[in-house]
Amino acid sequence: MADYKPNEMMTVAAARALKNDDVCFVGIGQPSAACNLARLTHAPNITLIYESGTLATKPNILPLSIGDGELCETALTTVSVPEMFRYWLQGGRIKVGFLGGAQIDKFANLNTTVVGPYDKPKVRLPGGGGAPEIATSCGEIFIIMAQGKRSFVDKLDFVTSIGHVTGGDSRARLGVNTKGPTKLITDLALFEPDSQTKEMTVVSIHPGVTREQIQENSGWKVKFAAKVAETPPPTQRELDVLRDLHARTNRAHAEVA
Amino acid sequence: MARISSLAEAIKSAVRDGDTVALEGFTHLIPHAAGHEIIRQGRKNLTLIRMTPDLIYDQFIGMGCVTKLVFSWGGNPGVGSLHRLRDAVENGWPHKLELEEHSHAAMANAYEAGAAGLSCAIFRGYIGGDLPKVNSKIKRVQCPFTGEELAAIPAHRPDVAVIHAQRADRAGNIMIEGVLGVQKEAVLASKRSVVTVEEIVDELPERSLNAVVLPHWTVGHVVEVPGGAFPSYAQGYYPRNNNFYKEWDAVSRERDSFLAWMKENVLTKGPDVFAQYVRKHRVAAE
Repeated sequence: MADYKPNEMMTVAAARALKNDDVCFVGIGQPSAACNLARLTHAPNITLIYESGTLATKPNILPLSIGDGELCETALTTVSVPEMFRYWLQGGRIKVGFLGGAQIDKFANLNTTVVGPYDKPKVRLPGGGGAPEIATSCGEIFIIMAQGKRSFVDKLDFVTSIGHVTGGDSRARLGVNTKGPTKLITDLALFEPDSQTKEMTVVSIHPGVTREQIQENSGWKVKFAAKVAETPPPTQRELDVLRDLHARTNRAHAEVA
Repeated sequence: MARISSLAEAIKSAVRDGDTVALEGFTHLIPHAAGHEIIRQGRKNLTLIRMTPDLIYDQFIGMGCVTKLVFSWGGNPGVGSLHRLRDAVENGWPHKLELEEHSHAAMANAYEAGAAGLSCAIFRGYIGGDLPKVNSKIKRVQCPFTGEELAAIPAHRPDVAVIHAQRADRAGNIMIEGVLGVQKEAVLASKRSVVTVEEIVDELPERSLNAVVLPHWTVGHVVEVPGGAFPSYAQGYYPRNNNFYKEWDAVSRERDSFLAWMKENVLTKGPDVFAQYVRKHRVAAE
């Protein structure tokens, strides 16, 4: 078995969730690495869209920001930001939204706004950006986040974008017809929503990880599905492509100095 | 009507204390040189609008120019926090900063509504989250035809828009290519505008029939500032200096190092330094 880091397992597992015919709205950072790994392995025709307006982009290196020149130069076309959010996102053209966050709860609601009270925050985070509407306008949402007690919390300090709200049919009762978070990929496991309660439930555990570890790194009592699979480890090819991508990216960012 | 002038004259004439100012550019074409000029001229009590407050807004905030920030994502992209923004919000340094916080969709819609001469923007958004609880400008309206509940926020109508573009001709027609952001909307929504460009040319070069052009009669001041977007980028001229963004993290983390950097690189310099920042790439492109 190839040697790999938990972070690499997470990115590989997230990439595998994407299909060749998906149209995907990509967040910067971990989602961007996963989406481009998918494009460079099993999903060469995936349509990647970044909120800077780049449609069907095929970056050779990972962008540091959401609007690097690399994204525009390799895109089919680039539209303005109002058009991006109105026609493409709000218009219902995007199948998968790929998000990360600072805090998540068991219904996959996300906080990227503040830690502590809004008016007197302990930590002021960057804020929602595109997430509030990505979360409700995309057909479904995948979330990629490393687990930890500070990020997987029982109660969010602030709900920046909704997942399954308070569970059950609470999302639909708000008038939102899209599926919401269907996958949560962490460095330890893969979660999917329970069909009734909508609580994010462990369906697959990464190789070598225990149930206790998953619990220790979550701020709520974690539910496990009746049948829990073991995530197939990263293949050598997946690791090679991912590491090449990161190496190319680091070289390119250093060159511009 | 466009007037070609120096950066100092343009900012002196267009930007006043207490103004609502939108410096736009979505990662691409961020008007850093114009921002520095506003800081150098000591403008105060500004309300700054911007989707993604970036390094330039971190600088405005740390230098005490800003009373209120209207925004949707305030970070250093791919790097982390804007430390001056955080220091203002968390500790009130150098003074308290009022926030009006939105989502990207809301901000983009508000610029478009402003450009369209409407009083408000209506869109499907802000469902279920907490932003409407902390921003009283976010309201809900009912569609008179379907009954659907939609979000509404006021249109952006800045006093001044400040943008950077690739080229202008001598009449002041502005051409923008690449990641377009919300600059066209910001200029058309504003009472006044300052547009810095990489170069002013006799005639705009061959372009697509649908190239984004702001006609000269829609813009105010046009100023040639080569490199004026650095460390952001100008497609076709120079790339984004990602290392600068990474280094800003250390520069801006402490108040003293930030103030020293501003003194050395902004307060005692002029817009001509921007050409030097990007010379390596511009020479390589020729």
